[in-house]
Amino acid sequence: MSAADATRDDIFEILDAVKDPEVPVLSVVELGIVRGARVEGNAVTITVTPTYSGCPAMRVIEEDIRSALLSHGFGVIHVETVYAPAWTTDWLSTEAKQKLEAYGIAPPGPAPRDSLVSLTRSPAAAQRLRCPYCHSLETELRSEFGSTACKAIAYCTKCNQPFEVFKAL
Amino acid sequence: MTAFTNADSGKSARSDDRVEYLLRLADDRLVLGHRLSEWCGHAPILEEDIALANIALDLIGQANLLLGLAAKIESRGRDADGLAYLRDAIDFRNALLVELPKGDFGVTIVRQLFYAVFAMLQAEALQRSTDQDVAGVAAKAVKEFRYHVRHSADWVLKLGAGTTESHARAQNAVNELWPYTGELFLADDVDRAAAESRFGVDPSEFESSWQSTVRDVLARAGLAIPETAYMQRGGRQGRHTEHLGHMLAEMQIVARSHPGASW
Repeated sequence: MSAADATRDDIFEILDAVKDPEVPVLSVVELGIVRGARVEGNAVTITVTPTYSGCPAMRVIEEDIRSALLSHGFGVIHVETVYAPAWTTDWLSTEAKQKLEAYGIAPPGPAPRDSLVSLTRSPAAAQRLRCPYCHSLETELRSEFGSTACKAIAYCTKCNQPFEVFKAL
Repeated sequence: MTAFTNADSGKSARSDDRVEYLLRLADDRLVLGHRLSEWCGHAPILEEDIALANIALDLIGQANLLLGLAAKIESRGRDADGLAYLRDAIDFRNALLVELPKGDFGVTIVRQLFYAVFAMLQAEALQRSTDQDVAGVAAKAVKEFRYHVRHSADWVLKLGAGTTESHARAQNAVNELWPYTGELFLADDVDRAAAESRFGVDPSEFESSWQSTVRDVLARAGLAIPETAYMQRGGRQGRHTEHLGHMLAEMQIVARSHPGASW
């Protein structure tokens, strides 16, 4: 494939090799960050959307996208950021969720849809989380904020292992 | 002053009104984000250290996007960093509530409740902005603020119903901060112009929702609202407390000492 004949699918295939630096088991395509790709000659425009407004990985991700495309012969690469529609964890495929669990991060449940906020821990978060290590449901949510913007902290009382949860958003 | 036509609504609003409006949104987030970041390494428990830093990150991230939009409309060659790091206190448009010192954990948490409920309602309304960028940034922010509301409400309930000490500190925080909540809902010509062109929203429109949510949480936490007639104001017009200047001195020192530095 030369850069000039690349299709949108080809580009997505190249970008499927670019991993999220914080969650290296998922690619930027699997995460749903890459929203579009346009090819004109040897120039390509990639549209991305941030996971969280302050996600510090976004700049690294842009650089990684750029270098992946450069190494496939694209000369001019534009990375544009769009904010609408807002990213949601519902864009993660079942396969992506399985990869997360195998990596030790409990996958997100369905994203909350109603506009009402429960004033204490979210009903979704209070649902039994499955420990990614021993698969027990005897777990507790410790905090809705974790080591990165997209993760929460939970604890398995069965195997006494703390684990991370990918937050439903 | 340049006339600015809103192609979507057909109504016009001056571009400087839009910049002014965006600065109010952005500066609330930037200043509060910095205040929260002051807890990094100092919070009472590790989980809270992480939570407050995460919330700070969300706020600073949103501020960066909003300042970027303001810089684009303003077209004076300044970028988001220029707006964040090279303006003086008098040019900041945040509400006074967010610039007050972080205080103890009670003050920080009660302020989070007051601000997060306000910001969530504001972002919900801004999702319908006729400006696509504003609507997009708001749609993302709503999801983040829902987490912030739950986090702060959860803690206010814990502190209020906790020990004598935690209750006293939470009550003290409510007494101290309540007189700063009125300013959040004061609308002036800038807000009205933004609401008129549907670029923004008039904050007085969601005051009653804010009151009912916040009063519900405080009542459940056994915390009383002080009877106070006087509400502080001035931040939206650049009349700040002495605290903002001190905070900015620390926040801006690196950028001002090394103009144009990059890494």
